[in-house]
Amino acid sequence: MQNVLQIVYLIPLLPLIGFLINGLGRKQLSKSMISVIGCGTILASFVLSIWVFLQVKEGNTHVAAYFDFIAVGKLKIPFAFQIDQLSALFLLIITGVGFLIHVYSTSYMKEEKKEHFGRYFAYLNLFVFSMLLLVMGANFVIMFIGWEGVGLCSYLLIGYWFKKPEYTRAANKAFIMNRIGDLAFLIAIFWLINKLGTVTYSEVFSSANLHNLKTSDITVITLLLFVGATGKSAQIPLYTWLPDAMAGPTPVSALIHAATMVTAGIYMIARSNLLYSMAPLTMDIVAWIGLATALLAATIALKQNDIKKVLAYSTVSQLGFMFLALGCGAYTAAVFHVMTHAFFKALLFLGSGSVIHAMSGEQDIRNMGGLSKKLKITFITFLIGCIAIAGIPPFSGFFSKDAILLSAFEKSPVLYAIALFTALLTAFYMFRLLFITFSGTFRGSREQEYHVHESPAAMTIPLIVLALLSIAGGFVGIPEVIMKGGDQLSRFLSPVIASHGESTVSHSTEYMLMGLSTVLVVVMIIFAWFKFRNYQRSEANGFGKLLENKWYVDELYDKIIVNPLNQLGGFLKNTIEKNVLDGLVNGVGRLVNYGGRQLRLLQSGQVGNYVLLMVVSMVLIFAIQFFLRK
Amino acid sequence: MPINYYIFLAMALFSIGIVGVLTRRNAIIIFMCIELMLNAVNLLLVAFSKMHHLKSVATDAAAGTDGQLFVFFIMVVAAAEVSVGLAIIVMMYRNIHSVDVNFLNRLKH
Repeated sequence: MQNVLQIVYLIPLLPLIGFLINGLGRKQLSKSMISVIGCGTILASFVLSIWVFLQVKEGNTHVAAYFDFIAVGKLKIPFAFQIDQLSALFLLIITGVGFLIHVYSTSYMKEEKKEHFGRYFAYLNLFVFSMLLLVMGANFVIMFIGWEGVGLCSYLLIGYWFKKPEYTRAANKAFIMNRIGDLAFLIAIFWLINKLGTVTYSEVFSSANLHNLKTSDITVITLLLFVGATGKSAQIPLYTWLPDAMAGPTPVSALIHAATMVTAGIYMIARSNLLYSMAPLTMDIVAWIGLATALLAATIALKQNDIKKVLAYSTVSQLGFMFLALGCGAYTAAVFHVMTHAFFKALLFLGSGSVIHAMSGEQDIRNMGGLSKKLKITFITFLIGCIAIAGIPPFSGFFSKDAILLSAFEKSPVLYAIALFTALLTAFYMFRLLFITFSGTFRGSREQEYHVHESPAAMTIPLIVLALLSIAGGFVGIPEVIMKGGDQLSRFLSPVIASHGESTVSHSTEYMLMGLSTVLVVVMIIFAWFKFRNYQRSEANGFGKLLENKWYVDELYDKIIVNPLNQLGGFLKNTIEKNVLDGLVNGVGRLVNYGGRQLRLLQSGQVGNYVLLMVVSMVLIFAIQFFLRK
Repeated sequence: MPINYYIFLAMALFSIGIVGVLTRRNAIIIFMCIELMLNAVNLLLVAFSKMHHLKSVATDAAAGTDGQLFVFFIMVVAAAEVSVGLAIIVMMYRNIHSVDVNFLNRLKH
């Protein structure tokens, strides 16, 4: 049993092999072969991950160094994998949820052409590979490789239907916004190398190194890392790419939002929790940015009409919650929420994919309604997902959200109040989505109504599995007040995540907070039921229109960043290049031309002239020699 | 005789040569002027070598002989040059029935 830790390299290697086979053989392999390879490699990784997880649970952690990735002078960056509690947990989430999404994709994408089908699965495998690299790396540089890898794969998959220009634009947007964050991450790595001369986790987080660092350095490094995280995990101000990322196929959205990519930022901060704990200023910024993002995205989600857009903004909002938890020092709660969120958000996205599939590509919820009768499994699983995200006990979302709210309450009641309000908004918009989509009467065309059907088993089984996980996933982190020894997750993660001390909140307060949030959430759901049970199409106006247009943030970015840049580009192209650069280049040519024409006149062909010139220049040379060289 | 006289003579010869080359158009005269310049230099070489010899003969019996040797080389080269140059002038006369160098301006085109 011990030796599974010796072969951990297989966990990322298998998806990479799957990527190579599917990517190179996409024209030769049949679709079923591609599906088997695509899913099989992830399944094998998942099995290995379970095995690794069991080993880690026994307390066997492991750092496997393979070779020197970079060796310059004193700086040595090994290519090494670190298997500990945190990475083992993420491995399970990534490969487990990833596998379900792969299985789902085999059915969802079956109408694609064979080579595109192969391309899709190749990208999917590469995506999982990059994410595994990201969480398994034993230093920031390996993490950065995975970090860039998921950025690349998100670009490839968002722009999967590359023939539509707006989809490729969405892909570009995602990539460019990520690059902004990546730059900050890169600078943070350089800063670490400059100050400590190492990027390996165990050395960076050793107490000797931490005490040598100045507080200002730690603050700058953590802030830079956080900017990197805002890019990858879609926080203010770099969140606008995530809703646009809906351009990709629905399973891809599920993969990006649940298992991979957006959780990278949370993972990075949880991984460097020792650094963050020493930078109170950064913690405050993280908490407030997270909360602001959660609130902003939740308000936008209230008025979106695209089924995937609502889910996208809900992801941004939930990520904001996770950052709030990180900022409050409740790293375990954040990781807990990553896990439960992976379950119910993957469930919701795959459920929405099932709805879109049934509606033959329709994504506008105004054209749906009354689907609960025809899509029974989808409806029930979607309902479970909504209850989980809204946070009603004993579904998984309740426990993780409660842990976050509690940590916010400990930090400051203001944070708690806003977070609670956001949680209520979450419940409201999720059930609005549910009711508009599944209850009432069908509002689409006759043709669509005739076509509506439940999805095949390859799509419903992952839904059912994820629904079960969404129900039960929270039981690993039951608060201590409810059940003694219930918070297994914190105990499991305690070797890698420094505890933020004993809870200062009394048990009765804790019960009260839980009760308050539950009651309010139920009230919100009932409110949503009455409001949207029989939804009729209506135009938004006033404040609603502001929300429907996402606070005009995209337009604002266009105005203050994109347009000035475009104008600068236009100015450089039309004015600077045409007049200055072209003028310079042409001027040199013209000067040489003109000079040549003038010099040509010297060549008179008269022998006398040549001789005269010769004599004059000789005299000149003598004169210079004689008078000037003293 | 002091060295100055030799230098003056050589300079006079050289200047006459230069002026001749610059002002005359007859190829043969130009040629003679060139010879004149060469010989002015030769004269100077011989004069300096003799001066040098007189000064340091006590220590070095062969002092200054290289200057005189050099003159012979120049004479040999000048003779060779003359033969080629005169041949060119003869060919020129055969072709254009003139020895005026201003006719030779076709390189311009």
